[in-house]
Amino acid sequence: MAKPMEQITWQELEIGAVVTEVGSARQYHTGSWRSERPVVNKDQCIKCGVCWLFCPDISIVRAAEGHFEADLTYCKGCGICAKECPVGCITMVGEEE
Amino acid sequence: MDRFSVFSARLVDKSENFTSGHRACQGCAEALAVRLVMKALGRDTIVAMSTGCMEIISSPLPLTSWKVPWIHNAFENSAAVISGCESGMKAMMRKGKLPAKKINFVGMGGDGATADIGMGALSGALERGHDMIYVCYDNEAYMNTGIQRSSSTPFGASTTTSPAGKASMGQHTRKKNMAQIAVAHNIPYVATACSSFPFDLMEKVKRASETPGAAYVHILSVCPTGWRIQPHDAIKYGRLAVDACVFPLYEVVNGKYSLTYRPQRIIPVKEYLGGQGRFRHLTEKQVEQIQAFVDTDYQKIVKLSDEV
Ligand SMILES: Cc1ncc(C[n+]2csc(CCOP(=O)(O)OP(=O)(O)O)c2C)c(N)n1
Ligand code: SF4
Ligand code: SF4
Ligand code: SF4
Ligand SMILES: [Mg+2]
Repeated sequence: MAKPMEQITWQELEIGAVVTEVGSARQYHTGSWRSERPVVNKDQCIKCGVCWLFCPDISIVRAAEGHFEADLTYCKGCGICAKECPVGCITMVGEEE
Repeated sequence: MDRFSVFSARLVDKSENFTSGHRACQGCAEALAVRLVMKALGRDTIVAMSTGCMEIISSPLPLTSWKVPWIHNAFENSAAVISGCESGMKAMMRKGKLPAKKINFVGMGGDGATADIGMGALSGALERGHDMIYVCYDNEAYMNTGIQRSSSTPFGASTTTSPAGKASMGQHTRKKNMAQIAVAHNIPYVATACSSFPFDLMEKVKRASETPGAAYVHILSVCPTGWRIQPHDAIKYGRLAVDACVFPLYEVVNGKYSLTYRPQRIIPVKEYLGGQGRFRHLTEKQVEQIQAFVDTDYQKIVKLSDEV
């Protein structure tokens, strides 16, 4: 999207309210909703990808070292990844101001 | 036996056709179901979606979470709209106005959109035999407008329009069985699925896509907000629903039923109902009654699956 969403006025919408840029929701950062963040213990991670598959917010990414970790731009802190990780190497940690 | 245990999450296609930045509640397993369905379908897909949580959270103008052509529909219309897309594009391909190509035409709606208001349009589309897939995301109530009961709300669940209290035990009618209504249309493919069983879900959606003619996939989609559970327990409750046989996973290919997952240990429904705020008020006797319903319904499916 050429412009940030806050700057788009209704006059600029396409006819039929067509949205022409796919996946543009990624400019809306749901990470700000979070009150807890998942922290991965890299050394224990068996790189299975279970956390990635179950994340409803598509907020787990594979790090360069091969382990999986949360993308905090979008992670809402639901805790599903921590609960489903088969080795229990994700801990939810409170966000601070 | 769980025939999907050999699959590895790591081997699943990394591309996403439904993106982050969507505005579903924390831990929404309905959004997870949409993500998995779109993984299985791929980019050559057109979606028509009825209003409801998934439509609202994925398309706040001017943004969209979709990476495929996606049409917003009035509450009752997605089956009608997608069947029109299928017929129209097929005609254009036949006349050479569009290159011939395999496209997934997919209608999607919540349980309210599917089992209540859009039922007529869906029944018509299934009966006409369009080459389409209809996916119902069943979170067992009208969640988007504030947890009102639908005909897919289970017996005993408290919602804002079936509130539990002195004079009421919550929803006092039984859940409508949409999958079996779809089967009654004699379509080639019907399946039930749940996002807590992602491989089973994706395999079924792929099979629906490969089936010529109409296919129907009914997905139990855990909604922490409406079910009154912790967001981190969303996957767990889907698993409990399946292991308690409240929501059996099966497919019906050309009328032939087969269970795709048989729990190694069937758990009492009490273990599934317990901990969910919407069932908190139930008495022991009511839980027993629900157990009896579940036992009878599950035995029917087992019997149909065992038939040769
Ligand atoms: C004709 C019509 N009636 C009512 C509504 C208001 N409405 C929008 S979404 C919705 C509930 C959707 O429930 P469901 O289909 O189960 O989807 P969910 O939000 O639970 O995913 C309602 C009642 C509407 N948009 N159109
Ligand atoms: S806490 Fe929830 S949103 Fe965040 S990465 Fe884990 S599963 Fe995804
Ligand atoms: S589920 Fe746990 S072990 Fe598996 S990749 Fe994620 S963090 Fe690593
Ligand atoms: S109300 Fe339920 S289904 Fe709707 S977005 Fe929230 S968790 Fe998902
Ligand atoms: Mg619903």
